[in-house]
Amino acid sequence: MIEQQYIDLFNDYRDEIDANSVAGLNRHRDAAFEAFNRSGFPTSKLEDYKHTDVSRVFDGDLGLNLRNIPVPVDPYEAFKCDVPNLNTNVYFLINDRFYTNGHHQGPLPKGVFVGSLQLFSETHPDIFERYYAKIGDYSGNGVVAYNTMFAQDGFVIYVPENVVIEKPLQLINILRGGVDLNVNRRILIVAEKNAQVKLLVCDHTVDDVQFVVTQVAEIVADRDAQVDFYELEENSVKVKLLNNVFANQAENSNVTVSTITLHNGFTRNNYRFRLLGERAEAHIGGLAICDKEQHVDNYAFLEHATPNCHSNELFKYALQERSTGVFCGRILVDKGAQKTLAYQNNKNLVTSDEAKMFSKPQLEIYADDVKCSHGLTTGQLDQDALFYLQARGIPEEEARMLLMVAFTQDVVDLVRIDSLQDRLVQLINKRFRGELMRCGNCHVCK
Amino acid sequence: MTNLLKIKNLHAVVENKEILKGIHLEVNEGEIHAIMGPNGSGKSTLASVLAGNPKYEVTRGSVLFKDRELLDMEPADRAKEGIFLSFQYPIEIPGVSMVNFMRAALNEQRKYRGEEQISASNFLKLMRDKRELLGIDSQLVSRSVNEGFSGGEKKRNEIFQMAMLNPTLAILDETDSGLDIDALRIVAAGVNALHSPDKAAIVITHYQRLLDYIQPDVVHVLYDGKIIKTGGPDLALELEEKGYDWLVNP
Repeated sequence: MIEQQYIDLFNDYRDEIDANSVAGLNRHRDAAFEAFNRSGFPTSKLEDYKHTDVSRVFDGDLGLNLRNIPVPVDPYEAFKCDVPNLNTNVYFLINDRFYTNGHHQGPLPKGVFVGSLQLFSETHPDIFERYYAKIGDYSGNGVVAYNTMFAQDGFVIYVPENVVIEKPLQLINILRGGVDLNVNRRILIVAEKNAQVKLLVCDHTVDDVQFVVTQVAEIVADRDAQVDFYELEENSVKVKLLNNVFANQAENSNVTVSTITLHNGFTRNNYRFRLLGERAEAHIGGLAICDKEQHVDNYAFLEHATPNCHSNELFKYALQERSTGVFCGRILVDKGAQKTLAYQNNKNLVTSDEAKMFSKPQLEIYADDVKCSHGLTTGQLDQDALFYLQARGIPEEEARMLLMVAFTQDVVDLVRIDSLQDRLVQLINKRFRGELMRCGNCHVCK
Repeated sequence: MTNLLKIKNLHAVVENKEILKGIHLEVNEGEIHAIMGPNGSGKSTLASVLAGNPKYEVTRGSVLFKDRELLDMEPADRAKEGIFLSFQYPIEIPGVSMVNFMRAALNEQRKYRGEEQISASNFLKLMRDKRELLGIDSQLVSRSVNEGFSGGEKKRNEIFQMAMLNPTLAILDETDSGLDIDALRIVAAGVNALHSPDKAAIVITHYQRLLDYIQPDVVHVLYDGKIIKTGGPDLALELEEKGYDWLVNP
């Protein structure tokens, strides 16, 4: 059993896990451990993991930095090549730890907390306890339970009532290690009534070892709050990322999540959205550009629990070579959720004979006055468009590039930071041309 | 008179069906040729074959453009050599802006001629000038290529692109279809303004109407994959009056 070594590890090192974390996080480990014992890691025998066997990801000899041995890295040095020219406040997680020596961080509005999860659990114990490991329900999810067992730190944004953080925040996750490593990362975003915040999360691998990363991001949007959460994955092919994004939305809140997988190894993104207050609005976007043996699986489960909510999902995959894309979009409209608007779209461009796309829309509607739709297309580049461009003098290869970048445009359009949109278009362009930034010690493109 | 285009015994098939069955046609500099003919006679196929659409397979014949074999060239190279096809059904390309599309096309053509990339200010000026020539709204060029354009706007956009790229040989494939009379006048005026003694145009149309505005030097009738009649401008008037039947079943 793959789980056994982690169960043993947890039991044997429990004291050290706790000693290098804080009471707030430690308090949840026993219950998470129980849940993990019950469910284990999901395997491909489960319908929702049919094409993505998560348990195999853990079948190896992975180190965990439970003793918090300092990782020697200057994040500004490691990331300088790819920091978009965005006007943001920048924060770092080195593996799963908040980097406390950050600078270039401008002033924040009064009452806002941005920083380490450990510290937040001590300075804001009530808020921490109200949401941590509550939004990110681990009872039926072995990966989230596992993460909750081992997580020792993470990143928090807390925005109090009526406060707007105008300038986008940027969190850069740096993966650094001398041996194959398991990293368990947490993100908590709490936007109180009428608060607003935008966060861009960038993943960046520094070392050429295997990383297995679990991430649990919990988003709370209270009444009238607005949260933008953008993730840009630019990891090496040796990174296996198991990402879980949870969002609970109150009345009239607006949450926009978009995940752009520019370069990766093996990725599973789980989205669990709950629209709990009337007129809540959720936008979920996903773009995966894959080649080689890369694998991206997006699983979105969106629940309309109250009337008059609006959700919109757009997932796009551009698959080349021997890559695999998986999409499952489940929308649940509860019995009382009348006047729901729920739209889902999955479009895939498969430009090689060996690439594979698996897609499954799943609509469960228990209310009778709703507008729900889903669309799914998988195909190749439009030959007529290709010829049209060529007929104006654009060579075939260049015409293909233009059309591939164009294919991604509407996912980029979901991003509500203009300068980030521009930068994304440039990065996507480079990605398709195989010119993604390479820095001296970065192995992203290997 | 310098010869520009020489089509010899051109045969082409699409999906195993022969559409062009031996076309002979010569176009000289300064000339405007009209090609008319009933539906399904092969007019659009001829236009597509000249532009290099890979859907059509040429089985026999040759096409010399400026004394070079056109059929050996990639579609993009044909465009760079100066051939322009105004599409009967312009393609919508969401996500590619008109501005980026035109800049890319223009710069590819300049590169081919050994010229430098056009500067941003010159490009914008050129766009504005040509837009005004065709009466195109500035909003239209900031959108994706043909996306959400009306039928008339698409046709006007074709001639706008032609104005931007300044080709030697323009092939207009039923550019008049879907145009109201005002739009037709604007498009025709645009085509006429772009015409000069060192250029030529092939105008494919069903109707004499367009030829009231674009005066052809030569009129051909294409029927069942062959040119069955060639004449002067009067031929178009005769066709308008008598239809094609007298030619097809003499």
